[in-house]
Amino acid sequence: MLRLEKRPQPSAFWSWLTPLIAVVVTMIAGGLLFGALGKPPIEAIRTIFWEPIFGEFSFYYRPQLLVKGAPLVLIAIGLSLGFRAGIWNIGAEGQYIIGAICGAAVGLAFYPTESWVIFPLMVLAGALGGWAWAMIPALLKVRFGTNEILVSLMLVYVAEQLLAAMALGPLKNPEGFGFPGSRNLQQYPSAHNAEIITGSGMHWGVVAALVAVIFAYILLNRHILGYHIRLTGQAPRAARFAGVRPRLLILFCLGASGALAGLAGMFEVSGPTGQISIDFNVGYGFTAIIVAFLGRLHPVGIMLAGLLMALTYIGGEIAQSNLGLPAAAIQLFQGMLLFFLLAVDVLTNYRVWLTSTEAA
Amino acid sequence: MKLTNLLTGAALALGLATSAVAQDKTKVGFIYVGPIGDGGWTYEHDKGRLAVEEHFGDKVETVYQESVPEGADAERAITQMALQGADLIFTTSFGYMEPTLSVANKFPNVKFEHATGYKTAPNMSVYSARFYEGRAVQGHIAGKMTKSNIVGYIASFPIPEVIRGINSAYIHAKKVNPDVEFKIIWAYTWFDPAKEADAATALIEQGADVILQHTDSTAPQAAAEKAGNVITFGQASDMGEYAPMPRVSSIIDNWAPYYIARTQAVMDGTWETVNTWDGIGAGMVGIGEISDAVPADVKAEALAMKDAIASGEYNPFTGPLKKQDGSDWLAEGETADDGTLAGMNFYVEGLEGDIPQ
Amino acid sequence: MDLSSINPILLLASLMVAATPILIAALGELVVERAGVLNLGVEGMMITGAICGFAVAVETGSPMLGFLAAAAGGALLSCLFALLTQFALANQVASGLALTLFGLGLSSLMGQGYVGIKPPPTAKLDIPLLGDIPVLGPILFAHDVMVYVGLALVVAVWAFLKYTRGGLVLRAVGENHDAAHALGYKVVRVRVMAILFGGACAGLGGAYISLIRVPQWTEGMTAGAGWIALALVVFASWKAGRVLLGAYLFGGVTVLQLNLQAAGVDIPVEYLSMSPYLITILVLVIMSADRSRAPASLGRIFHASG
Repeated sequence: MLRLEKRPQPSAFWSWLTPLIAVVVTMIAGGLLFGALGKPPIEAIRTIFWEPIFGEFSFYYRPQLLVKGAPLVLIAIGLSLGFRAGIWNIGAEGQYIIGAICGAAVGLAFYPTESWVIFPLMVLAGALGGWAWAMIPALLKVRFGTNEILVSLMLVYVAEQLLAAMALGPLKNPEGFGFPGSRNLQQYPSAHNAEIITGSGMHWGVVAALVAVIFAYILLNRHILGYHIRLTGQAPRAARFAGVRPRLLILFCLGASGALAGLAGMFEVSGPTGQISIDFNVGYGFTAIIVAFLGRLHPVGIMLAGLLMALTYIGGEIAQSNLGLPAAAIQLFQGMLLFFLLAVDVLTNYRVWLTSTEAA
Repeated sequence: MKLTNLLTGAALALGLATSAVAQDKTKVGFIYVGPIGDGGWTYEHDKGRLAVEEHFGDKVETVYQESVPEGADAERAITQMALQGADLIFTTSFGYMEPTLSVANKFPNVKFEHATGYKTAPNMSVYSARFYEGRAVQGHIAGKMTKSNIVGYIASFPIPEVIRGINSAYIHAKKVNPDVEFKIIWAYTWFDPAKEADAATALIEQGADVILQHTDSTAPQAAAEKAGNVITFGQASDMGEYAPMPRVSSIIDNWAPYYIARTQAVMDGTWETVNTWDGIGAGMVGIGEISDAVPADVKAEALAMKDAIASGEYNPFTGPLKKQDGSDWLAEGETADDGTLAGMNFYVEGLEGDIPQ
Repeated sequence: MDLSSINPILLLASLMVAATPILIAALGELVVERAGVLNLGVEGMMITGAICGFAVAVETGSPMLGFLAAAAGGALLSCLFALLTQFALANQVASGLALTLFGLGLSSLMGQGYVGIKPPPTAKLDIPLLGDIPVLGPILFAHDVMVYVGLALVVAVWAFLKYTRGGLVLRAVGENHDAAHALGYKVVRVRVMAILFGGACAGLGGAYISLIRVPQWTEGMTAGAGWIALALVVFASWKAGRVLLGAYLFGGVTVLQLNLQAAGVDIPVEYLSMSPYLITILVLVIMSADRSRAPASLGRIFHASG
């Protein structure tokens, strides 16, 4: 029988090794899957993990890793603050949508005026939008004790409907021949979140993600608020004696994650995507939850996890068109990666013993 | 995301290199918005791809990527195909218009074909099908067959293509049955089987005995079959598994001839930018077999109309026609110009309700 | 506008059909959550059930075997979730999301040979005399078997939770797993069984869509029904009877919306579609004041340290 014993401290050794184990196991299992589908297994794995970084066209894919990874990291950093304190915001997808709508709406309101103030205003609107959307579950929790997991999840659906309404109504491009969707912000220089250095993939969202990682690191390790967050997650009762004000913490954690998710949405709509459309959101808010956990809720870990997720997306796309792998196989492969990563995490927090008698 | 000199330079060099290597094989790429197993829109495009493979055999290599979200992901997928040495890339959804244009600017040596959009470039064509021609035939059959004089129409999004279909069907139903009435439901989806089933059921319960659909699943067919005595038409694909009842005919998207012709043009070096809008005549819009549930005389009339449209003898939008508000649109014998049709945002006279804004 | 063209009897009857898949899936998730586990993988399990049921029904020609296979398929997939959360003690939110991703991929791979095929029809339970009763007949007695299975399941889950010892243990585990453990209940075993039941129900709900409601197989055909089922459990404040009410409300808003459109009423579709979720939030707030709130251990990891 296997017996688990909780470690007094999560093992630093295992917390670095387990992700590697998971990736290797996924490669093996994925290879078997691709082989079963009649595709060359090693070639497929190589395409997914190697091609985007070191392959022939990596000069194009490397920047794309940043483009794809940035929103994931930005959202996940915000979520991880709350998750550490036991505050579960799983509605980042909704905050992301609202951030995008607010940011785009501000930009479009100025169209076609050109001015340098427009973009900063959009950034502000995006962050505020996401923040306000996250304040709904936060205030309800503080005031009525309502479960924030469920309220934030419900608000995702509301935000999706609102997005459709905006794309078909107020924000619809008046010159778009009646098609749903807003004007393309990429063609409106003042509102365009362009690459800072062309060809680098570095747009302002990438910068924001990096800044968020650094800030979160300092906050958690050097600041009293970070200490409170960690303490609340580990020992809620002790935290209260230590002077933590739980309500303020809830408002801060949900608000911060909402604002960051809103920012991510705003940078995405004004940059890579370019316009508000019915299918604008592609699940970054949900994927970011997974990224937060894969990164062990640690800022640096989240950055690496975000890049790993981006790698499987981009590598998976290459494998699809080069090897004819179905999109479903890639989805399954990502699912496996997550399962293994989550499963091996047990080694970080628990010691595994082999015992002869059944555990109590 | 953005055009970069660096990228263009590198891509050009690579483009030249790869085209030299792969001279014997023409590489054709396809970007799909849905999974190839959707049984409708993407499924038919993929049938076109397979037809290209079959037609040219060893001379072509096709690649595809399915379920590509519109936006940033699409731009990357298209760029990636171009980088991998594709000579011709078909992007098969309206939402790919901006990404396709942007990639086309970066890869001047690669040819691009965008479906259902309106922007072109020296190396980017657009193509679309005149589905409304098929709708005319459906409208005729619907007007003749309905006993309750209520025709249900499951519309997807209020865009010109869908509005054209509604108008075309209505004009021809009305022509043979002045009492006909259209009930229209906007489903706000191209594909959501459960919702489509609900929409069809709602229409049937309100007395419709003919269902036309501009959404892609067979759910309305099944709902009609369950209700009995309701006829339907296949959409995008033939949906022949529901023939002879309730499915009495269908509009089939047939992209194969176009894809083969364009691939041939690339091979011959004769490819140039075109704005193709083909209908029944060119074979891009197919009319699925009209089943025996339709009386012989109606079937004969429908086929005659199909032939007249195919030969160019008859245009489904021929005056006299008025707009819904009663203002004149087309005078006697006048036919609609493509510009008006492309941006159509009004109902013709007789249709009730407003187009959602 | 012609509201008289809406037939309320037929409206109610089609509402029952529209509500059935989310009803069955939500009942399963309700049991899971009452045991203190939050499984966000309902969508993944539903779609897996949809293809398992479809494939088996097509191969054997028997829709009943199809439904059995769907339940088995959903339960099998939920095993993965149970393994992760109950034995590897992984976070439930992340595991559930991973399960959805995995299920969507798996189902599309499994379904590749089944596009464009018509499944064998499921018999309608046309009770000869009852079905002819005016008004009540078409509403209550003219549906397929699964509609009644769904209704029976509501009663069964309600009775199980309220009156049986097993239900008591399950609720105890969900309220306070440490106390339940101290009392000698097998927390992990109870939860695994609840998760499997939830998986089976989600599978059944999915198969209802692919075998009866639509019926055909297409990738991603559940189109978010699993997420609605999750909302439904919350709306129902973890009570079986209210799940039924909620399913009719959620299903009803769609059906009613479409019926109003067909009758020519000009309605803002998106705003109407938001309403069930807003109502759910409202219910949550009202409930927080009330004592009937979420199971206290919902989403928490249990590890027997003793």
